[in-house]
Amino acid sequence: MLETSKPNGQIISGSVQLVHAVGMHARPAVKLTKLAKKFQAHISIRASDAAEWINAKSVAKVMALRAARDSIIEIKASGEDAEAAVAALVDLVATDFPDIGR
Amino acid sequence: MNMRAEIERLAYGGKTASIGFSHGPFVRVDTAPNGRRVIGAAKDEELALRAALLSAGRQIASLANAAGGEAAQILEFQVALLDDDEFLDPIFVAILAGMPADAAWLSTLDAQITDYNSEPDEYLRARSSDLTDLRDRVLRTLRGGTNEAPKIPDGAVVCADDLPPSQFLEIDWSNGGGLALLRGSPTSHVAMLARARGIPMVVQLGSVSDGAQTALLDGEGATLELDPTSAQIDLFETRQEAHRKSRAAARAILRRPAASWGGEKIRLLINIQRVEDLEHADAQYADGIGLMRTEFLLGEQGRLPDEETQYLAYDAVLRWAGQRPVTIRTFDAGGDKPVRGFTEDGEANPFLGVRGLRLCLMRPDVFTVQLRALARAAIHQTLKVMFPMVTTPEELDSARKLFVDVVGRLQAEGIPALLPELGIMVEVPAAALTIERFKASFFSIGSNDLAQYVTACDRTNGSLAKLIDPLNPAVLQLISRTAEYGKRADISVSVCGEMAGDPRCIPALLSCGLRELSVNPSALAQVKEAIDGLSSGGGICD
Repeated sequence: MLETSKPNGQIISGSVQLVHAVGMHARPAVKLTKLAKKFQAHISIRASDAAEWINAKSVAKVMALRAARDSIIEIKASGEDAEAAVAALVDLVATDFPDIGR
Repeated sequence: MNMRAEIERLAYGGKTASIGFSHGPFVRVDTAPNGRRVIGAAKDEELALRAALLSAGRQIASLANAAGGEAAQILEFQVALLDDDEFLDPIFVAILAGMPADAAWLSTLDAQITDYNSEPDEYLRARSSDLTDLRDRVLRTLRGGTNEAPKIPDGAVVCADDLPPSQFLEIDWSNGGGLALLRGSPTSHVAMLARARGIPMVVQLGSVSDGAQTALLDGEGATLELDPTSAQIDLFETRQEAHRKSRAAARAILRRPAASWGGEKIRLLINIQRVEDLEHADAQYADGIGLMRTEFLLGEQGRLPDEETQYLAYDAVLRWAGQRPVTIRTFDAGGDKPVRGFTEDGEANPFLGVRGLRLCLMRPDVFTVQLRALARAAIHQTLKVMFPMVTTPEELDSARKLFVDVVGRLQAEGIPALLPELGIMVEVPAAALTIERFKASFFSIGSNDLAQYVTACDRTNGSLAKLIDPLNPAVLQLISRTAEYGKRADISVSVCGEMAGDPRCIPALLSCGLRELSVNPSALAQVKEAIDGLSSGGGICD
């Protein structure tokens, strides 16, 4: 699910349900941060309406989300490649963190 | 002396982390780093920690490299932490405020380890041992330790409080052995490594007496017996033999040459994402490869792959398969798989956009390179090539024409090349509804996308998960239609989507007339078992 929340397209956001059997644990977190780091954009995520947004490029913070299976992960990004970043991260979570090089 | 009392004193019960049996010398391993260091000025302390982090990173990377596969993935968490500024910055801030490097490192790591240890979720709790591993490795370097692997005799039963993944990998397990942990968890990374290597492992043994010479470790019964009597050894060997027999029976299901249903042979093939997937222990029992995805080639080294890189990957898979058929799918980028420099940016509906074969036909510069590599690999006559997201017969014709040209050019250059059998993925409803119009050698039903397009549900939208059921009668009708046409026209039809590996869907697929299923290697045994368990048809499609 992708939407552009500002008409000038500066902040891109998306949300996706975490389907991974054991939630956001080490391997999914590593894959997510690795993918996030491939983009220039500033990317934040949060889980299930938590108040705090955290840096999607920090594996320690992503693990600290303690996101459980079926929680909704919200992603927002700003910067040149923000749209591609959100699309790629939504896809990664939605497809259950496949072992595909991107 | 009371014999029973003695046995009870030296037999300990824990929790199974990896099934198996080990009888060997008993070795205690102490993982806590010792030693003191001279504390320097804040700037020196910062440099000391940076150097220690760098050195730890290198050690972990080289362990990961040597071990490969799952072990490398497990160590990636530690590598990622070493590259996480949000994680490291507070430590450096504390150091610059006057804290010694080792104390700053230790207090941050200990706080995190305590956090993880207090998690109600066992998976998260088990991550504390990864952090402990990293904490101790960096600390040993900071304190001038050698970080050398402990000397462990062959086949030893290694006992530790908790063993970190990197230390597990430093031990040579090639001659067997076992792992007995006083704490630890069955969901720890070390447990995954032990299972992958078939090393028996028991965790949560509590406390164990020191000074024993030999040990019996029973990963199934989750027991550790120290300095066993001959009676204990006899009993242990009886259990070991019983375990070996039951395991052989389970493997036998996979080893049986073919699954069958209603007297007809069912071919079970595997889906692979990359060449390394063939290392899965069960892959060898497949009847062939039903889907080799090639998108992994697009992400490597941040550029589009050259012909030689692709050829080597295809050739490796074909060699592995020997006489068995291998179906390679051309690049299926776009949609939910964007690739920089290849896919279109800014599409409003990427799933309905320029993806799969549509994209390849618009980018002959990229597509031709892949077709050249495939044409060269086709000299293994077991190769079949399929195109994804085909909507009209004209697209298949255009792709075939490109392919024929590529083969002609290669042969003119004196390079051995052949045109392989060409088939299509059936995932666009328009193709499934008019399947008889496509002049293909085979059809492979991509049930994930077919269900997405038939039910008009974006498959990445979690709130539609219930609606996008592959067992929806409309989806089954299209599957059944394709299978019937295949039977009539003598064209093979397989399913390579997720539903093929889901035991719940198998009766429906067989009833629809499918006789070829392609699944992930890890699903192979359960699918074969599910088919064996079906004594008669499910009848859902009839």
